[in-house]
Amino acid sequence: MPRNPNVKRVMVIGSGPIVIGQAAEFDYAGTQACRSLKEEGVEVILVNSNPATIMTDKNIADKVYIEPLTAKVLEQIIEKEKPDSILPTLGGQAGLNLGMELEESGFLASHHVTLLGTTAATIKKAEDRQEFKDTMEKIGEPCAASTVVETVKDGVAFTNTIGYPVVLRPAYTLGGSGGGIAHNQEELESILENGLRLSRVGQVLVERCIAGWKEIEYEVMRDSAGNCITVCNMENIDPVGVHTGDSIVVAPSQTLGDKEYQMLRSAALNIINELQITGGCNVQFALNPASFEYCVIEVNPRVSRSSALASKATGYPIAKVAAKIALGYTLDEIKNAITGKTYASFEPTLDYCVVKLPRLPFDKFITAKRTLTTQMKATGEVMSICDNFEGALMKAIRSLEQHVDCLLGYDFSELSAEELMERLKVVDDQRIYVIAEAIRKGIDYDSIHEITRIDHWFIDKIAILVEMEQALKKGPLTIPLLKEAKRIAFPDNVISRLTGIPEEEVKKLRYENGIVAAYKMVDTCAAEFEASTPYYYSVYGSENEAVETNPPKKVLVLGSGPIRIGQGIEFDYCSVHATWAFSKAGYETIIINNNPETVSTDFDIADKLYFEPLTSEDVESIVNLEKPDGAVVQFGGQTAIKLTESLMKMGVPILGTKAEDVDAAEDRELFDKILEETQIPRAAGGTVYTANEAKEVANRLGYPVLVRPSYVLGGQGMQIAISDEEIEEFMNIINRIAQDHPILVDKYLQGKEIEVDAVCDGSDILIPGIMEHIERTGVHSGDSISVYPAPTISDTVKEKITEYTKRLARALHVKGLINIQFIAIGEEVYVIEVNPRSSRTVPYISKVTGIPIVDLATEVIIGKTIKELGYAPGLAPEADYFAIKMPVFSFEKIRGAEISLGPEMKSTGECLGIAKTFNEALYKAFLGAGVDLPKHKQMIITVKDADKGEAVEIGRRFEKLGYTIYATRSTAAALNEAGVRARKVNKISQESPTVMDLILGHRIDLVIDTPTQGRDKSRDGFLIRRTAIETGVNCITAMDTAKALVTSLENANDQFTLIDVAQINNPRGTGKDRKNE
Amino acid sequence: MKAFLILEDGTVFTGAHIGANKEIISEIVFNTSMSGYLEVLTDPSYAGQAVCMTYPLIGNYGICRLDAESKRAWPDGFIVRELSRTASNFRKDITIQTFLKEQGIPGIAGIDTRALTKILREKGTMNGMITTNEKFDLNEILPELKKYTTGNVVEKATCSSKYEIKGGSGKKVALLDLGAKNNIALSLVRRGCDVTVYPAFTKAEEIIADGPDGIMLSNGPGDPKECVSIIEEIKKLYDTDIPIFAICLGHQLMALATGADTYKMKYGHRGGNHPVKDLETGRVYISSQNHGYVVDMDKLDPKIAVPAFINVNDGTNEGLSYTGKNIFTVQYHPEACPGPQDSGYLFDRFIRMMEVRKNA
Repeated sequence: MPRNPNVKRVMVIGSGPIVIGQAAEFDYAGTQACRSLKEEGVEVILVNSNPATIMTDKNIADKVYIEPLTAKVLEQIIEKEKPDSILPTLGGQAGLNLGMELEESGFLASHHVTLLGTTAATIKKAEDRQEFKDTMEKIGEPCAASTVVETVKDGVAFTNTIGYPVVLRPAYTLGGSGGGIAHNQEELESILENGLRLSRVGQVLVERCIAGWKEIEYEVMRDSAGNCITVCNMENIDPVGVHTGDSIVVAPSQTLGDKEYQMLRSAALNIINELQITGGCNVQFALNPASFEYCVIEVNPRVSRSSALASKATGYPIAKVAAKIALGYTLDEIKNAITGKTYASFEPTLDYCVVKLPRLPFDKFITAKRTLTTQMKATGEVMSICDNFEGALMKAIRSLEQHVDCLLGYDFSELSAEELMERLKVVDDQRIYVIAEAIRKGIDYDSIHEITRIDHWFIDKIAILVEMEQALKKGPLTIPLLKEAKRIAFPDNVISRLTGIPEEEVKKLRYENGIVAAYKMVDTCAAEFEASTPYYYSVYGSENEAVETNPPKKVLVLGSGPIRIGQGIEFDYCSVHATWAFSKAGYETIIINNNPETVSTDFDIADKLYFEPLTSEDVESIVNLEKPDGAVVQFGGQTAIKLTESLMKMGVPILGTKAEDVDAAEDRELFDKILEETQIPRAAGGTVYTANEAKEVANRLGYPVLVRPSYVLGGQGMQIAISDEEIEEFMNIINRIAQDHPILVDKYLQGKEIEVDAVCDGSDILIPGIMEHIERTGVHSGDSISVYPAPTISDTVKEKITEYTKRLARALHVKGLINIQFIAIGEEVYVIEVNPRSSRTVPYISKVTGIPIVDLATEVIIGKTIKELGYAPGLAPEADYFAIKMPVFSFEKIRGAEISLGPEMKSTGECLGIAKTFNEALYKAFLGAGVDLPKHKQMIITVKDADKGEAVEIGRRFEKLGYTIYATRSTAAALNEAGVRARKVNKISQESPTVMDLILGHRIDLVIDTPTQGRDKSRDGFLIRRTAIETGVNCITAMDTAKALVTSLENANDQFTLIDVAQINNPRGTGKDRKNE
Repeated sequence: MKAFLILEDGTVFTGAHIGANKEIISEIVFNTSMSGYLEVLTDPSYAGQAVCMTYPLIGNYGICRLDAESKRAWPDGFIVRELSRTASNFRKDITIQTFLKEQGIPGIAGIDTRALTKILREKGTMNGMITTNEKFDLNEILPELKKYTTGNVVEKATCSSKYEIKGGSGKKVALLDLGAKNNIALSLVRRGCDVTVYPAFTKAEEIIADGPDGIMLSNGPGDPKECVSIIEEIKKLYDTDIPIFAICLGHQLMALATGADTYKMKYGHRGGNHPVKDLETGRVYISSQNHGYVVDMDKLDPKIAVPAFINVNDGTNEGLSYTGKNIFTVQYHPEACPGPQDSGYLFDRFIRMMEVRKNA
């Protein structure tokens, strides 16, 4: 069927801020889909509140609205832009829910807008627990015994009929929020109550527990003519019970015979046909490992994290094809872009093995529980490809960048066999390492399987890796042994550690014997057809098929690896834009990255894609083959920066800012020298290695001080200390994070925090805009609300900032991007930190100023000057609107994580509020972050003494908005004394009703809780904050944030000014009147 | 022990010996299925060929004898990237290592199967030798390799005498066994048919005399044009008004019997992911495939037969509908095993055809 000619203007809904369970994969899917739609001449109107995405670029969509994702906002955009259709299946659960809401309310019908792709009826059938179950029953596809309940009482009664344990799944939530396994009535009541609250429709599925069964997924495509294919199947190594997002996943399935494989494949097709899905769909099955019994766990009638993984694992572009299907094409009319010869109506076949590992945030949340459940906790993932499973696992492990490069990475050697058997019962992110140790201790496969339910085949593969460790340890390192170790992807440094032979010698031995990496192509068809898409992975012991090219100029762009807190999607944005800019300038571009969720690892972004770990050895193998003329590291976050030294050793020129200048910014002494030369003030401080040195410096400076390790992103390990005891504690924590760099201790200054990103060509700078943080210094910049243009600082301060930026950029010989954080105290400006590289604010500031600074930085790196690029140096003219970046957190997903804000970054994503006035922008920013108030107009305030004054002012304003205020004893006293009516509530330890009962009573909109200075050790405060977050109550831990929130609520409005970001232009050559030049 | 795969073009792959201890010369083909190695090994259509699996990890779930598609394994040799040392599945009877030895099939592991596949794709299917003799002499071997043909392998693959499988009180189907996979008969039996299986060289008169409601021509190995006498008998079946459904070799033989032509493809279709389009409905199905020869669509006489299915990838013929006859034939494998089960509906179509004739 050819394309539907009635579809001319399509509104695409994005997935909003990055949160656990909804990450970069939707930027990848959305970007691919938008490009696919534009290819067909369709006008694309994009809505997404997340400014860090590539899909919100003006070259991806025709109209771009970075607005809160609520039905109201979408309605206004539809009224303004009049699309004929809307595509909701690419924006994850968030997008799907919104599409449904608009359809159900009748808004779409009344505005003659068609829901493209899957219909609302289908979505309902797949998403509504009862409808889904009925549908499955009708077509004879089994589901686990279950029922949907709307009350705790019904849940308990049903469970009594089927027996414990049961799995609980709230309807319409993402990443399994609020779900879990209950083993007894107490657990059931607790999880159920929470799940009912989090579900959009107040429903939770109570289901027979099939934990321990194999978890198998199929990615299915169907077109409107009813043609169906499966793109790939995947097997979770972790059996049912661990969310697939947190599981180790392998593609294709390894332990299914053809009978099982085809049985489930046919079931998946049967389901997608019955649901009449058009587009992509994910079907999850549980398979009894001891029979053919299976049940359908769930169906996602949209692209998903799994579909992104399947796309990268097979080379089949699911989102692109789904978009074409939405336009009416059938699968046999869509070309397979990889082969260019075959069509989308075929099933990819793999001649390699793919392993995905989750990137879990326990390094950030050290107090959090590491156990893995049906509630997803991973912030990102890595994928690796090899021609054997062992190699794929080894490559994935080192791709995670968690200082672990083999199965010896977490040490359990102290545990006895009995202790290990006990430890194996714990389902957490270290389980495979425990299994490895169990094998080392001689525990048999059956015992390991009995406890973990992990298939024998996988246990045996872990055993093969353990045997190799032992063979290397025992020695001697013969050539056949070395070959075998490399075949299963042991890195040289691990071989060196185990054999005691220096790494350089291992490498030499390899080179002398021709043991080098070869590259194979991902071609969707196991070499059956010729493919021309250079998407490669490494293997050892095989023939190389990476095509040698000798273009005039060749550049290596290093990606940023898995998404983690502190290094998110922003760096993928930068890598992709840099790649495009190099390409435009005539370079052949090569990307190395290992994150399957990203745009950068789409096969048509760079000229060549190497899906590989980002370690020096893995990069060197590619460098040896490709011999690039240079590499850029300034766009790939800390992952890429860390490789600078190795690249220089390999003889690869670093394009842009030189490595020694990057060092100068990080090295305390060198940097102090530069500040002296440039006469820029900073907080006094010192460099230390031990706790004693730290205490000495702290006492010299006077408390409070800021303690942080150097060379980290996102303020990992950074703390404000107020006493010697805290210094001791923090130094201990910092030292737990393996690192070879010194620790910095600075005097803590409290003031306004200012941030700039700038491009420098070695002499001139261009600052697109100055951003001011709402929160005072002390809250990590990534967790602060950031406002452009800076609303409260004077012109003098702005001039100083521009001048200091210029001086610093020049002194550091920056060629490309630089990010600087300042503190403004009165008219004084101090520098906090300089990073001569891209930063997390780059996409945001580029979009809201219309100045594409990654493109400019790339051109500067190539040799152009800012003036040649048509920009007047200095600070660009300020916009006549406000753009506010709001951090978004995923605290509810991580049990036990401390939510109070501090110098260490904790947010997972961000959204934007953009409007003509500051107040509206602020309101939109909060709305985009999911703070949709007021609801019950009741709040709790409990603040530390120092904040009581401000609490009074804030309380007064909330009271004026009609809020009933509850407060703990001293806060209540302070409020009442100042004439703000506050009801006193008891602390948790006191008698009921306490502040906890109040939160659990579900009638509270907001908790303002500022922890006592430093690490909050009070169990009370921690409990209050956790309970609030876990029950879906907004919780604010900084007074500045609270003030901003009340301001936004005072200005709440249903009518929004809508700004098409694609229209924001800061045309080159118009900046004549700019300041400072 | 080292093993060598020597190709007709002089390429030598060095790997590790697996399976039975013998030297073979055969036609080397590749199969792209990711699961179903036992079904591949027991598919009689592989008689006279050595199979390379493009999926690198083979033997993971061992061998479950129940899944065999015939009584024995057929390929002359088996070529893999890696054989799993552990076999894990609740139905596993033995490991693939044991099976290969038991079935007398030699093989080679640890070679770059993707490189081999690319050679076959570029240069076309060719003959090769698997040997453990380290002192092989290419000058001697290459002429030997060139001489090899699969020959008339149907003779080897068919059953020795007629037998019946009762399915109930349904239609009576005569199945001409040209090297049939078990699941063809089973697909009919599961639909209630009584199936009588005839050896390939049964005279048409004998089959017709048994009064079947329909005739099924099975898959089988080798060059269809070698089956001269069988083609003659099939022509006689064509001349009756008994509904006929044919698969793979059976499809090619029916075409040859009615004046069409077949040719050898460069490297054939072997795998479980090929799209075929039903030209009548426009629907596309993912199919299980195993063929090296194909019916030449350019030489079809539309008065006799018209294309009913084509391969979406390369546009080659995947099925014919016979003009004015109750006959339809397909090149691919609706019985699956291994591979997708999407085309099982063709058996239902065949049964409806028989019903229509019976009721007429």
